[in-house]
Amino acid sequence: MRFESNRLSSTRDIDALIEMMAKLPGLGPRSARRAVLHLIRKRALLLTPLADLMQTVAATARECLNCGNVGTSDVCDICTSEKRANGELCVVEDVADLWAMERSGVFKGRYHVLGGTLSALDAIGPQELRIPRLIDRVASEGITEVILALNATIDGQTTAHYIADQLDGQVQLTSLAQGVPIGGELDYLDDGTITAAMRARKQI
Amino acid sequence: MVEWRDEGILLSARKHGETSAIIEMFTPAQGRHVGVVRGGTSRKIAPILQPGAQLDVVWRARLESHLGSFTVEPVRSRAAQVLESRLSLSGLNAVTALLSFCLPEREAHAALYRRTEALLDLLDQQALWPLAYLQWELKLLEEMGYALDLDTCAVTGARDGLLYVSPKSGRAVSQAGAGEWADRLLPLPPVLRGEGDADDAEIAQAFQTTGYFLETHLAQDLGDKPLPSARARYVALFSRGR
Repeated sequence: MRFESNRLSSTRDIDALIEMMAKLPGLGPRSARRAVLHLIRKRALLLTPLADLMQTVAATARECLNCGNVGTSDVCDICTSEKRANGELCVVEDVADLWAMERSGVFKGRYHVLGGTLSALDAIGPQELRIPRLIDRVASEGITEVILALNATIDGQTTAHYIADQLDGQVQLTSLAQGVPIGGELDYLDDGTITAAMRARKQI
Repeated sequence: MVEWRDEGILLSARKHGETSAIIEMFTPAQGRHVGVVRGGTSRKIAPILQPGAQLDVVWRARLESHLGSFTVEPVRSRAAQVLESRLSLSGLNAVTALLSFCLPEREAHAALYRRTEALLDLLDQQALWPLAYLQWELKLLEEMGYALDLDTCAVTGARDGLLYVSPKSGRAVSQAGAGEWADRLLPLPPVLRGEGDADDAEIAQAFQTTGYFLETHLAQDLGDKPLPSARARYVALFSRGR
């Protein structure tokens, strides 16, 4: 019994770590245990550097005051880069969407992260999102084109139309195309995607 | 184990935990019904769970009072019809938000369901849709117990010359019956009685009247909650011109 209580007290910190890890997206208690065990076994290679990095990021990570991207300075690298000031502004819902766009490397302008979409059910209005800031940026940063790269969902497109109304006549407004994804087979596509693709068909 | 199967309209879907979604369905036999869809945020299922979608659903729970879980099969998606048109999109949002707001849970409204399904199927026909939506709002008020009586004058009993609606009783009032109270009454454009040309200006005026009853009577009786902003947005977009 005494041995048992000693053992519990000696693993308290590890249990707490497992509990915290289990709260991460994609991990549950079981996978968190495996991850923690792996970290402990690779203490020098993984655990210590990871702990150091986490401490650093915890102290420095913040939202860019201009666009809402996540970085380690008040204004992110994309917003401070002169090369990216080409007059194009890509509006995305979330930081994850910004990162996805950056991975593709196809867009060379600046971004604006809304932080969500308008939702009547969840009482999320324009003031809860960064829409007023977007309107300020369009006026102050010499923006010539706003690309509405919002999700092809009812909420995403409702937000896109709302922003388009607010910026109507001030700037060129475009949105991402909708249709067949690369590697997609028609047989597996839903009828909505096929309809959108047919409507947006182009001459070859 | 309690189980039922029905076809219905998806009113809303929100993320629940990491992989599931809580959806709100409107079906003819079960009314507005909520449940969990396991794996509802997956790449395969999430695109199906868009408001307005027609779904075949099976609901299962151990007890009737439990939240229960849905398995869903798409029947038809309406998202593709509306995503490009701001008026259609705001119309769809108005319908789903109002139903979600007004309908009591687990109470069948088969007639309203049929009207809603027909209305949503007209979404890509913008020439017809505003009038159909106006008639749907009248039906919604009727189903919720706030039917407007627009056949005879509440004061004189006359059937002709009806120009106003009483904001208190929801009954029609003629010019003669209104007298000096006319400026306190709501407009009764012919389109509300199913008459006249039903031009856009008239429909917009009719929206003011139905909006008054939705806001002042229905919403207040539901605990004085504000009416979903989606309706006001649709009416504003429509009034601004198609």
